[in-house]
Amino acid sequence: MITEFGHFALVLALVVALVQMVLPIVGWVRRDDALISTAPPAALLQLALLTLAFLSLMYAFITSDFSVEVVWKNSHSAKPMLYKISGVWGNHEGSMVLWVLILALFGALVALFGRNLPPSLKSNALAVQASISVAFLLFILATSNPFTRLDPAPLDGRGLNPILQDPALAFHPPFLYAGYVGFSMAFSFAVAALIEGRIDAAWARWVRPWTLVAWMCLTIGISMGSWWAYYELGWGGWWFWDPVENASFMPWLAGTALLHSALVMEKRDALKVWTVLLAILTFSLSLLGTFLVRSGVLTSVHAFAVDPERGVFILAIMMLFIGGSLALFAWRAPLLKQGGIFAPISREGALVLNNLILTTAAASVLVGTLYPLVLESLTGDKISVGAPFFNMTFGPIMLPLLVAVPLGPLLAWKRGDLAKVMERLYWVTALAFIITVGCFAMIERGPWLAPFGMGLGLWLVGGALAEPAFRTRLFRAPMADVWHRAKGLPRSAYGTMFAHMGLGLTVLGIVATSAWQSEKVVSLKTGQAENIAGYKLVFGGVAPRSGPNYKEMVGLFTVTRGGALITRLHPSKRRYAVQKQGTTEAGIYNALLGDLYVVLGDQLDNGSYSVRIYFNPLVRLIWIGTLFMFLGGMFSLSDRRLRIGAPKRATLPAAPVAAE
Amino acid sequence: MTRKQRRFTIIGVSLGVLGIAVALVLVALEDSIVFFYSPSDVVEKKIKPGTRFRLGGLVKDGSLKRGEGTKVEFAITDTDRVIKVTYDDILPDLFREGQGVITEGQLVGGGLFKADSVLAKHDENYMPREVADALKKKGVWQGEPGDAPKK
Repeated sequence: MITEFGHFALVLALVVALVQMVLPIVGWVRRDDALISTAPPAALLQLALLTLAFLSLMYAFITSDFSVEVVWKNSHSAKPMLYKISGVWGNHEGSMVLWVLILALFGALVALFGRNLPPSLKSNALAVQASISVAFLLFILATSNPFTRLDPAPLDGRGLNPILQDPALAFHPPFLYAGYVGFSMAFSFAVAALIEGRIDAAWARWVRPWTLVAWMCLTIGISMGSWWAYYELGWGGWWFWDPVENASFMPWLAGTALLHSALVMEKRDALKVWTVLLAILTFSLSLLGTFLVRSGVLTSVHAFAVDPERGVFILAIMMLFIGGSLALFAWRAPLLKQGGIFAPISREGALVLNNLILTTAAASVLVGTLYPLVLESLTGDKISVGAPFFNMTFGPIMLPLLVAVPLGPLLAWKRGDLAKVMERLYWVTALAFIITVGCFAMIERGPWLAPFGMGLGLWLVGGALAEPAFRTRLFRAPMADVWHRAKGLPRSAYGTMFAHMGLGLTVLGIVATSAWQSEKVVSLKTGQAENIAGYKLVFGGVAPRSGPNYKEMVGLFTVTRGGALITRLHPSKRRYAVQKQGTTEAGIYNALLGDLYVVLGDQLDNGSYSVRIYFNPLVRLIWIGTLFMFLGGMFSLSDRRLRIGAPKRATLPAAPVAAE
Repeated sequence: MTRKQRRFTIIGVSLGVLGIAVALVLVALEDSIVFFYSPSDVVEKKIKPGTRFRLGGLVKDGSLKRGEGTKVEFAITDTDRVIKVTYDDILPDLFREGQGVITEGQLVGGGLFKADSVLAKHDENYMPREVADALKKKGVWQGEPGDAPKK
């Protein structure tokens, strides 16, 4: 009953989305305020209906109603509650419902909180947003209906893929989708601005918070996925340049560029056409990501629940939106007036460099991701493009940007002085130099570039701290005075500081773990020991254990260093009864300077076990860095400039706000 | 600096960055891509020892042998040709005889393939797409990629 109710709500949501797509545009053409004002209530109603549909699907999962096909395919009565709930989006149909739910959520938030938006821009943006809803709701109802019933109902379900039964992965898709889908808001605003044929600095201020929220969610989503791959897949790696990873990474790169170019537009009324184009490209990459993940056209380690026929439908949606918006852009963009002159060496110049490099890097990832597809369709050759390709292209392209990041925020708008900026960064430069030399002196093995990488990471972290330190006159004024200035700094300055620090920490983690990881594969008998990175691991045999819906063999390892007991590690091999499938659970010890990572392999003929041991230096900095980026986003979002005092649409450039 | 000069500077820098990026991409595509071959391809195309490639197919039933330490040996087949594979590491959880698998490595002479990585998919039922296509070409298997192989 509740399932039919949910199905009905889903169909009604489609109808409401159709209304929300058509009426506001008609109203805008006819200058009819009554029609224009239908958009916000329609957006709220659409969210309400989709929430109902989503909750009824969740109800079916929680009550294990196996007469619903997706529940039968992806759930089991003996599964822990958390995974019954996450099972809702652990499959194709449910995840698409989540996709449109988040889409509607963003629309409703704009309807609710966009009070100071001009009514026509707001309703047109909501209409564009609704058109995306319509496309995806049609897709769901036509090819992947989650409410399909089975008759007769099976006795029990087939269960969720055990490798997905993991807390980090339970929340990874919602964050990732909130990121992907969140960029739709910037897209809708961009298309609405193109329809109206006018745009100004205030536009950037309206769009930035939505982009920021999407970017933060995507950052956390990607980071969770990488963390999960690190400890669950048992390969000791954290990023594989896999097509599905790239699918989420490309919109992240473009979205990061968008955040920075919107900054130039907001402050200086420049780069308007470029920002609009970037908003369209970012969401296009999100659609491409959805297509790549959902269609299964690419071989991937992460692709779940794929179906080529659905891919054609999503491909059509993608072509329609990308083609349509780019055509609109080509037609209307010349109407948008350019403003704001700046010298190449200036804050704007630095942000242009940021955009140039980020989009080029995203393009190189795109080439690497799609090249196998293109080559196969042209020549029939099957190839794979892996880490070596991306190390050769993505790394060198990003390098100049990483060097330039600390300089950007210290440069003045319009015209900057590079010599003065370097003067302010002299202690950071010195520190980075000392670290580089120190790494050369202390560590004998590893690639010769790695110490420079460590120096670069430190240069980023120090450089991020330099700007607020300079502005608060740290160490040059009395502490009380510094404190007073620190309180007076806009939150966005701290946002920049944390985000750029996070980037530095991530770079440190990546460099250290790629350059100095130790790996050993050994066969161990009970009582035998193995040494790695100064630790001694003694294998104490294997013992069986049972969990809620699995049985496992647990390896016992005692870790000592210099004779002192450090910890005991219990890597295991699990066997899930329902799916008859196994997973590997690594045993991980987080030491100060890195992770000790142990994976239990198969039992060998002579009774010993194969064991893989890693020491991953500083690897956790990679994820800690992303948390800093997220924190930076929070600070920026809480900046009063984005909350209040959004200016009226002006024909003049928006007046600069105090504390700049 | 005039508007024109500014524009030329930006365009110049952009073209420079793009040029370098294109060069890097082309060089990388030349050097670092890895081809996928089925056992029949390996024989027909006379792949030379030392070339890195991916070898995929079904793990031949009864072919898995454990050697000294963590060494393992198995055979990959597309039901037409068979190639022996050696590997010195832990096999993935989903590695099983009779199932699809992709390995990466090189031939070391005597028709032996030395793999340095073995990819088996997350999903029990999963058939790697390349393997599915290769088997279809042999007329062995009619299903869609993602389906379980029909026994």
